[in-house]
Amino acid sequence: MGFEKFGRKSFTAVTKTAKFVDLLAEGKVEGTVCKDCGVKFFPPRADCAKCFSKNMDWFEMPKKGKLETFTTAYYAPFGFEADPPYAMGVVDFGGGLKLFARLAKNIKPEDLKVGGDVTIRPLKYDDDQLSFEIAKGDQ
Amino acid sequence: MKDVAVIGVGQSSFVRGYEGSIRELAFEAFREAMQDAGITQKDVDASVFCSAPEYDKQRSPAGVLAEYLGLIPQPTFYVETVCSSSSTGLKVAYSMIKAGLHDVVVVLGFQKMSEITSAESQERMGRGADIQWEAPFGTMMPAYYALYAQAYMSKHGLTHDDLMGVRLKSSTYGVINERAVYRKPVKPGDFKQGDPEAKLAGPVAWPLRVGDCCANADGSSCIILANAQKAKALSKKPVWIAGIGAASEAVNMAARPDFAKGLSVGYAAAAQAYKMAGITAKNVKVAEVHDCFTIAEIMAYEGLGFAPAGDGKQLIREKATYKEGKIPVNVDGGLLSKGHPIGATGGSQIRTIVLQLRGEAGPMQVPGAPDIGLVHNIGGVGLYGNVTIFNRD
Repeated sequence: MGFEKFGRKSFTAVTKTAKFVDLLAEGKVEGTVCKDCGVKFFPPRADCAKCFSKNMDWFEMPKKGKLETFTTAYYAPFGFEADPPYAMGVVDFGGGLKLFARLAKNIKPEDLKVGGDVTIRPLKYDDDQLSFEIAKGDQ
Repeated sequence: MKDVAVIGVGQSSFVRGYEGSIRELAFEAFREAMQDAGITQKDVDASVFCSAPEYDKQRSPAGVLAEYLGLIPQPTFYVETVCSSSSTGLKVAYSMIKAGLHDVVVVLGFQKMSEITSAESQERMGRGADIQWEAPFGTMMPAYYALYAQAYMSKHGLTHDDLMGVRLKSSTYGVINERAVYRKPVKPGDFKQGDPEAKLAGPVAWPLRVGDCCANADGSSCIILANAQKAKALSKKPVWIAGIGAASEAVNMAARPDFAKGLSVGYAAAAQAYKMAGITAKNVKVAEVHDCFTIAEIMAYEGLGFAPAGDGKQLIREKATYKEGKIPVNVDGGLLSKGHPIGATGGSQIRTIVLQLRGEAGPMQVPGAPDIGLVHNIGGVGLYGNVTIFNRD
């Protein structure tokens, strides 16, 4: 249990990576790293696909990355109707590590560009759901 | 490698709100394919049913549909790779025949998207990708393809007018395809930003507009495959499966290699299919590609080798993919105009190519008696990729 707290609306309640939500509550956005072979994963995984190990540790995601791509959604799926428009994007931290999330509400669409400097930060919604978002690099 | 042939093809009209049940919808494509092949159910050894299950109220539809089609007691089962389900079904049926287990197999793709309400459909759309890590942000299909469009447009100078060009081509053929769901002509003014009369201009997931997105539809398709011996005995005009390629990719956008390059599965599946067929992109005379969004057609040109990476826009600007061009693509209206009933789409693309190779495509017929055709069918946001190459005697 616990993972139903993740995101605007979660579709998953039980996962071995539910600690991710506890870490968000502590203000940390973390991925998992295999203790046996050192491979890093984001989103987090409970099992290493490379060496089959289940000995995973948590590591804090880098703060600085580049916005690889983004979109602004003007329609939303069922359960998200109150939110549009909202932007979503992919951050590339280098070294094969990327992340997908919404962009912070305070970023103006005209300020977004592919390759721009961005950072990531945890986010708590009014209904206590926990998530993370992409923010401008200087914040 | 000429061991498995298509001996019959059929498809229903693609429509909004089909007035019948899924078994009746399936029968429409089946009837046409069986009459096309000139065979009866006694000639069929097995059937494969293909759809995206989240739209069906019927659990395990294969057995139910097989009964309605008169295909019991032969073996039947269900295959799913979302939007490419019936291309995957074709690959499975091909394998069954190549293995010597069966001689004649029916591949039936169907989808009644209107089986559920639009609110239910929207919810399922939101769960179409990674439900654990991405759906909680409020994702949907147009937004995912918009991520690719944004990166691609930024790097390669592709414009909104180029994307509109894909839709204008599509509608040229949607108008003359009587099986298409969207048959109205489309003009550049329909994309004019800020004009309330411009019905295709509104943003859905920027940079994609209403006119950049394909239409939901209800529909069915049917492809009948046979081994060489049966094909020669039963069919005057068999079309042979010359090459098959299929690939998969990480579901999560965080694990995608390069958004500006397009879908990795398109490249991977094409390379396999060309190698198996012993041909290159230059040999292809007519193609059907997965244009669920306008950007997807541009990316498909490059994955298939019709244009170098980043240059797909030139094919649209030069009208090279029109019927009279050097490589005609989606001259039946594609998903954008013909409609995209998920599980039926691949079979419909295959039907179009088979008719083209037989010279029976009517007003959509590509000139010059094409002898090699290709089908490119993607599942999800490049989660699954399938490329199938066909030729004739």
